[in-house]
Amino acid sequence: MRMHGWGRYPVVEAQSQAPATESQTAAVLAARAGQPLIARGMGRSYGDSALAPQVLDCRPRHLLLDFDAAKGVLRCEAGATLDDLIDVLLPQGWFLPVTPGTKFVTVGGAVASDVHGKNHHVDGCFSSYVIEIELMLADGSVLRCSRREHPELFRATCGGMGLTGIILSVSLRMRRVTSAYIDQTTLRAGSLAEALALFERHAGATYSVAWIDCLAGGAKLGRSLLMLGEHADAGGLAPLPKRSRTLPVDLPPQLLNRYSIGAFNALYFNKPREARQRVHYEPYFYPLDGLLHWNRLYGKAGFVQYQFVVPREAAAALHAIIARIAASGRGSFLAVLKMFGPANENYLSFPMPGYTLALDFKLEPGLFELLDALDAMVLDAGGRLYLAKDARMSSATFQRCYPQHTVFQQVRREFGALGAFASCQSNRLGL
Amino acid sequence: MQKILIIGATSAIAEAAARRFAQRGDALYLLARNGERLDHLVRDLKIRGAASTAGAQFDANDFARHADVIEQAAASMSGLDAVLIAHGTLSDQQACQADAALALREISTNALSVVSLLTHLANRFEAQRAGSIAVIGSVAGDRGRQSNYVYGSAKGMLSVFLQGLRNRLQKSGVKVLTIKPGFVDTPMTAAIKKGPLWATPDQIAQAIVKGMDKGSDVIYAPWFWWGIMAIIRSIPEAVFKKLSL
Repeated sequence: MRMHGWGRYPVVEAQSQAPATESQTAAVLAARAGQPLIARGMGRSYGDSALAPQVLDCRPRHLLLDFDAAKGVLRCEAGATLDDLIDVLLPQGWFLPVTPGTKFVTVGGAVASDVHGKNHHVDGCFSSYVIEIELMLADGSVLRCSRREHPELFRATCGGMGLTGIILSVSLRMRRVTSAYIDQTTLRAGSLAEALALFERHAGATYSVAWIDCLAGGAKLGRSLLMLGEHADAGGLAPLPKRSRTLPVDLPPQLLNRYSIGAFNALYFNKPREARQRVHYEPYFYPLDGLLHWNRLYGKAGFVQYQFVVPREAAAALHAIIARIAASGRGSFLAVLKMFGPANENYLSFPMPGYTLALDFKLEPGLFELLDALDAMVLDAGGRLYLAKDARMSSATFQRCYPQHTVFQQVRREFGALGAFASCQSNRLGL
Repeated sequence: MQKILIIGATSAIAEAAARRFAQRGDALYLLARNGERLDHLVRDLKIRGAASTAGAQFDANDFARHADVIEQAAASMSGLDAVLIAHGTLSDQQACQADAALALREISTNALSVVSLLTHLANRFEAQRAGSIAVIGSVAGDRGRQSNYVYGSAKGMLSVFLQGLRNRLQKSGVKVLTIKPGFVDTPMTAAIKKGPLWATPDQIAQAIVKGMDKGSDVIYAPWFWWGIMAIIRSIPEAVFKKLSL
């Protein structure tokens, strides 16, 4: 069947197998006859990191295995979704310790991409809360890895894009909450410098993220709405009723252009809003999950999401990159700016102390030339690109972004993963 | 709190129904062929809020053990209020046409094993003068078609068997529900190309739980299959035999 990631680019012909148990998973690995394969969950990585001619679908292994209600430690199969974890555990007073911008991802995928959330500057990545992983190696054997047991395999697997083995189960420390609501504070920043200053000033906030207008240039360059959040202490733990809309068809790609998006951005930025309000976690963390298949917004050709980080001292480079994007007129209305906290020890984890920007680009002629130019600016600033979003960076760019790739490969070699686990992305990156 | 036995518990539809039972705090006893998956499901449903969960590995075609496993389930939960029978295999029609033994095995798994289980369960419920029996049939049992009449005839047999059982148990206050799902996107149907008529296992599960709670007799799931099958049943045989459905 034809398969693609969330950005719907690239599309490859893939065969998928969906084992429901550990022994069935081992049987799939035993039968691969020299062909590499890659684990896949909900298919929410944007590019080609969960794409390959042979795919192992982890979704049937989605059961919850143990929950210590005193400590908030959950062990679950890798295919369990964050959505499901919230449904089951929030009524008991537990929330995800770290969540990306969609809850429709698997726990295994969250580990493999070592995802981050709006609290990265204080709480770190998803892997910070992972206690232990059960990993099936290429030969079908199962290893438990943690910071104590096989620590190098743990560091390679967290953020390792599924290239070390098949994650069977994950033990995860949840976060105690007393409410399903978030107290949100919205601050306006008229320029990039103002936005960065606000991030620094509110570095103690649990959650912080900014929507940024990537089409505004000149004095307005980088104008943003900074949204801070704290878990509320009241409002109850009840989930919102499940009521999602879907985008049933591809929209014509011409619909989103610099004029329509520019108009949207101006309206959104200037829309009168309460500086402080109490909002449910759904719209706060997952504003796009309410519209299923929103990736059809960009038309049939698809889109790429470009996410990079530059070090804190490279604010000037960040300004130059945004100016370059604004000048190109290609930026989208879904652009997000965030300040990161410290990096972790994982070999391929994305975050580093600094500023990250994520935005969508509709796929069209000339786009990759622009992105190549942006890559060069990011690299010169000492930054890097996020593998979970990537569909097109070069092997040379990857190697400069991730200097620990050689250690990563050593660990893969040691545990027999080379030639057994590969994605379209890993082939492109030379892993 | 209901004490519910689920047979074929690791099937996608049964799992979705079990989640709904667990969420409202029912006690569950699970029987399934795949012991590894069963063990995980027992753990899962406990975390989701089931009052208690337990289970045993089970082979539907091992008729001799049926009385024992039902006894064990009832003993484990100290009673039995309801049963959901959900096990089955989607027969390979072409293979069954070439192999009589295979055809008989499919009939055994999909129909005879259910007859055996229901005989034990019906007597138990009749004696306690209460209870609820729900069995997953199929729209395929409403009319034989060349593309899957082995599977269809097994499900059709269940349909008639359950009619009779419903009639018999009516006076004892025991409810008998036949669920007839249409196309459902499950691992059992993974090889088939999906279209707009396809439902998710949870949609079927929702209909099952609602039907059991209301004490319904026969439900199509999703509901629109009632209309589709009414039309299909009404086509004269002389015409129907010439169609390629």
